[in-house]
Amino acid sequence: MSANLVALLYLASGVLFILALRGLSSPATSRRGNYAGMLGMAIAMGTTLAIANPQMPMTWYLIAAGLGVGGLVGAVTARRIPMTAMPELVAAFHSLVGLAAVFVAASALYAPGSFGIGEPGDIHFASLIEMSLGVAIGAITFTGSVIAFAKLSGRMSGKPIILPLRHVINLALFGLLVWLIYTFCLSGGVGWLFWAITLTAMLFGVLIIIPIGGADMPVVISMLNSYSGWAAAGIGFTLSNIALIVTGALVGSSGAILSYIMCKGMNRSFISVILGGFGGEVAGPAGGGEQKPVKLGSAEDAAYVMKNASKVIIVPGYGMAVAQAQHALREMGDQLKKAGVEVKYAIHPVAGRMPGHMNVLLAEANVPYDEVFELEDINSEMRQADVVYVIGANDVVNPAAETDKTSPIYGMPVLQAWKAGTVLFNKRSLASGYAGIDNPLFYNDNTVMVLGDAKKMTEEIVKALAH
Amino acid sequence: MRNKAALSVCDATPSPRGGEGNQSARLGFTLLLAATLLPTPAFAAGIGGAIEPVIYELMVFAMAIFVGYYVVWSVTPALHTPLMSVTNAISSVIVVGALLAVAVEHGGMDSFTNFDGSLASKVFGLLALAMAAVNIFGGFLVTQRMLAMYKKKGDKR
Repeated sequence: MSANLVALLYLASGVLFILALRGLSSPATSRRGNYAGMLGMAIAMGTTLAIANPQMPMTWYLIAAGLGVGGLVGAVTARRIPMTAMPELVAAFHSLVGLAAVFVAASALYAPGSFGIGEPGDIHFASLIEMSLGVAIGAITFTGSVIAFAKLSGRMSGKPIILPLRHVINLALFGLLVWLIYTFCLSGGVGWLFWAITLTAMLFGVLIIIPIGGADMPVVISMLNSYSGWAAAGIGFTLSNIALIVTGALVGSSGAILSYIMCKGMNRSFISVILGGFGGEVAGPAGGGEQKPVKLGSAEDAAYVMKNASKVIIVPGYGMAVAQAQHALREMGDQLKKAGVEVKYAIHPVAGRMPGHMNVLLAEANVPYDEVFELEDINSEMRQADVVYVIGANDVVNPAAETDKTSPIYGMPVLQAWKAGTVLFNKRSLASGYAGIDNPLFYNDNTVMVLGDAKKMTEEIVKALAH
Repeated sequence: MRNKAALSVCDATPSPRGGEGNQSARLGFTLLLAATLLPTPAFAAGIGGAIEPVIYELMVFAMAIFVGYYVVWSVTPALHTPLMSVTNAISSVIVVGALLAVAVEHGGMDSFTNFDGSLASKVFGLLALAMAAVNIFGGFLVTQRMLAMYKKKGDKR
C-alpha cells in the first residue's frame, strides 16, 4: 500500500470518528453515529494490519488471542453491566486507555524499528518527547481512573483523603516528572528513565484524585476522559498516525468541555475541584442546634396530591440511582398520565455521578426523552407546576444557592422547585446533601417531606395511585 | 459571553438536520480539510523548504481540537453519558500502535532490523492489544445498548 493511501485511510477513520460524535447531537441520529465510529475503527485496524502485513502464523495467533480475549471481556461486560454502574464502567475503560498508551509506548521504546522512529537507544528526539508525554499522561490517566473507579463503585470511601503537605508533595512530584522527561529525551531512550517516568506519573495520578470527594466525580471523570484523549494524541504523534492524532484531539476537547459544563453546573472553578477536599459521602446534619419544624407526609398523601394536580415535574438525583428507583418512577409517571396529569422530568447538569447519568437511567426505564428537560428549559415552568416531586436530589433544588450569599453553593444554578404549588421531597432522612449545607426548602410551608427509600416510597405511591 | 453562545449552540439542535450546531460542525470540517490540504508540495516550495511531518501533524491536531470543540458543544446534554463511552471506544484506536508492535515482522518495514528488544516489544504490544480490544468492543457495544434505550413518546421497541 502506498504511504499516501495509508494516510488517507487513517484520515477517513478520523473523519468517521468525528461523525460518531456529531451523531450524538440528537438521539435520532446517534445510532448511525455509533456505526460510523465502528466503521472508522475497522478501517484503522485493517489499514494497520495491511501495513504490517504479517506472514508468520504465530503473529496471527497472537493478534487473534489479544483481540479475542479482550473483545470477549469487553462484549460480555457491555452486555451485563447494569446501567446504574455506568460511571464506574466508564472510569474502568479510561484506565484501560491510559494503560494501553503506556504499553504501546513501552513497545515502541523496545522495538522503535517497528514504528519507524529510530533504533533502540537512539530514538529520534521528537519521537521521545511525544512518547514521554504520551506515557506520562497515560500513566496519570491509568492510576487516576483506578482511584475514581474505586470511589465510584464503593470499593473505597468517597470521602476526600487529605495528606499533609499534599500541594508540596504534588509540586515536587511534578518537578521530578518534568526533570525525568527532560533527561529521558536527551538520553536517546534509556529503559530505566522510561519506567521512572511511568512510576512517577502513576503516583502523581493517585495523589491528584484521592483528595477529590465523591460528589465532585462528574468533573473528575470528565477530566480523566480528557486526559485519555491527550495520552492517545501523544502516542499518535509518536506513531505519526493521523487517526490517532485526530481522535486524541476530539476526545481531549470533549472531556475538557464536559469538565467545564460540570464545573459550571456546580458554580465551582476547575482549580478548586482539582485541589479537592470538598464534600464527603456522608455529611453530618448541618446548621446545628435548633430543629425547625417540617411537614411530614405519607405515600398516600403524596399520591393524593399528585393525582389532583394538572402538572407534575419530577426532579431525580443521585439518590434515585442508588435506590434504583427509575423503573418505579416511570410507573408512577404512567399512572399519573393515565389520570390526566402532565408529567415532565427536570435534570440538573450535575445530578448523579457523571454527565448525563440521570438521562441514561430514565431512558433505561423507558421514559421518552422528549419528556426529559434540562435546567434552562424547565426552570420557567416550575411556577406553573402544581407539584414538584424531588427524588434523591437535594443541593440541586436548594434555594440558598440563589438567596444566601454566605452559602458555599451560592451562585450555583439550581432547579427552582420552591416556585411550584407543592414540593414533595423524597429523601432517606433529613440529613444535608453532599455539600453539607442545610436546605431551607425542607422548612417551606409548601414542602411536604416524604421520608423513606426512594424506590420503596415510589412503589408505595404507585400502589396508592392505583386505588 | 462565549459560553452562553456555545450553550445556545447545543440548545439549537433539536432536529437531526439543520440548526446552528450543524453549521459550526461544518465550519469545523472545513477547517480540518484546510489543514490537510495546506502542506502541499507547492506550498512547501513557495517558502523554500519541506515541512517536517511533525509540523503537519501539529496542524491537523490543532484543527481537530477546534472540530472537537464545535462538535462536542452540539452534543445534547441528554447524551453526555453515551458521549463518554463512545469517546472511550474511539480513543482505543491506540490499538493501531499495539497492532504494529505485534504484527510487524522481520523486513516488514525498512527500519525493522533490530531484534534486541523485540520480545519485550511484542509482550507489551499484546497487552496493549488486549486492553484496547476490551475498550473497543465494550465501548461501542455499551454505547449501542444505551442509545437503543432513548425513545420518543410513542416509539415502540
